[in-house]
Amino acid sequence: MTDVTAIERQLAVHDLNARYVEAIDEGRFEDWPEFFAEKGIYRVTTAENAEQGLPLAMIYATSRAMLRDRVRALREANIYEAQRYRHILGPARIEPANDGSLRAATSFMVARIMHTGETALFATGRYLDRIVLTGETAHFAEKAVILDSRQVDTLLAIPL
Amino acid sequence: MNIHARSWPTEGLTRIPYWIYSDRDLYAQEQERIFRGEAWTFLCLEAELPRPNTFRTANLGDMPIVVTRDRDGAIHAFENRCAHRGSLLCLKQRGEAREIVCVYHNWTYDLTGKLTGVAFRRGIGGKGGMPADSRPDQHGPRQLRVETFAGLVFGTASAGVAPLEQYFGPEIAAKIRRVMKAPARLLGGYSQILPGNWKLYMENVKDSYHASLLHMFFTTFRLNRLSQKGGLVVSEDGGNHISYSYTADVAGKEYEQAGMRSAQAGYGLEAPELLRNVDEFGDGIGLQILSVFPGFVLQQIRNCLAVRRVVPQGLDRTELAWTCFGFVDDDDTMTELRMRQSNLIGPSGLISMEDGAATGFVQRGIRGAGGGESVVEMGGSGTSSEESRVSEAAVRGFWKAYRRHMGI
Repeated sequence: MTDVTAIERQLAVHDLNARYVEAIDEGRFEDWPEFFAEKGIYRVTTAENAEQGLPLAMIYATSRAMLRDRVRALREANIYEAQRYRHILGPARIEPANDGSLRAATSFMVARIMHTGETALFATGRYLDRIVLTGETAHFAEKAVILDSRQVDTLLAIPL
Repeated sequence: MNIHARSWPTEGLTRIPYWIYSDRDLYAQEQERIFRGEAWTFLCLEAELPRPNTFRTANLGDMPIVVTRDRDGAIHAFENRCAHRGSLLCLKQRGEAREIVCVYHNWTYDLTGKLTGVAFRRGIGGKGGMPADSRPDQHGPRQLRVETFAGLVFGTASAGVAPLEQYFGPEIAAKIRRVMKAPARLLGGYSQILPGNWKLYMENVKDSYHASLLHMFFTTFRLNRLSQKGGLVVSEDGGNHISYSYTADVAGKEYEQAGMRSAQAGYGLEAPELLRNVDEFGDGIGLQILSVFPGFVLQQIRNCLAVRRVVPQGLDRTELAWTCFGFVDDDDTMTELRMRQSNLIGPSGLISMEDGAATGFVQRGIRGAGGGESVVEMGGSGTSSEESRVSEAAVRGFWKAYRRHMGI
């Protein structure tokens, strides 16, 4: 990692973020676990829980396998009306960590588009990520989705 | 329309008229007769007021409430409304304070809700201020009657309603004690905004019939055991219920096996550790959903424990506030177990996300059906406890209690 320049780090994270939200927004949920390391952690919680140091998450997975289970549940088991997301990301603030990984903080806004045509701002918050670079490929070793609000409208089916 | 101009279907509790979810005037009458009437409302866990001089906000239906633990450790609840101009007193969800000061004009209260100070009451330099015979404290926030039971804090605006334990009934009280077996440790919370009338959610909670039909997660992954033994308990007055089932697996072994089968046969969870659990209550009951009229739910799904507050926010909007907890003596492994199982509940819950949408489906479905009624005949027409969960006895019990409160 030491030979990776700041600009190369910036580009790698930017590219990972762009591909990640594109896969979700296009409904390619089967690709979603592949953005994580094999034992990657994915957590969705609220700023309120995070600020109080409380561990509860709405979604908590500690491996690609758990993410794949959630995708299968979304496809085959869970009942929810057809909907899509549109993610808008802010610029990522990136800091190299001592273990060679990168820490990135990225703001997001997500609009939810229902099959009925109703479009509404669904979620805002921050991604607090730990990213590992293997050669040219970047993966999330951890992705914490910190929602600004404690309220979720109706349900949170598609991942953020 | 005034409720007295309405009449309940002659069939009784097996018919629910659709206007009950869509009549605008009914909403205000429910607030008065139920939420501010002869009912106990769950306010918070005692663990949410961890020390003297702490507070948190809650609701009695529409009415905003402050719950406090005073400097001596006693718990109080009162209306979150200043005696002066009616402004909210506490703007934060929770915090620490020795006194509560209204931001609007600096009127001050102690943590029992008593008005202790009026800014510039005597004016400045002999000018202005209130008349000497003014009694602003007579306009103070409404005090609630508060009782705690096994770590749960309840409040009521009624002086006449029975004491809390009596209101629960003996079976419900025993099953609350079963879950609240030790001091609770707060794990966190969130809210789900449901696009439907509050009563639709309470019916959903009490409807043990829908569980294996709407929530396909267990069935799809072949984790549901249709042969599981269990039962349905409805309190004498109909308003409170317990639905429970035994789980055959010990320490998650059967689910591990299900995971193995999945690898071979293409079904089951790839990561069955999601459902790894321990029989922490020692009685083999893996699921217990308990509700108390009008809007309290206590949930044990394996080791995932939560209280839910059902807060009406208008005719067709309901806040479902979830608070998850473990116990103070949990170790890290136990907390991790509870965190993994939390994937099952809440707005993203693999088995509960549908409930968020289902109430909305009914609310939208009945828009043109004000004169119609739903059919609630599973398990007959009674409201008594039974072994089969393919029953709507607890739903009918809810309406029995509702009709008594509303006088309809």
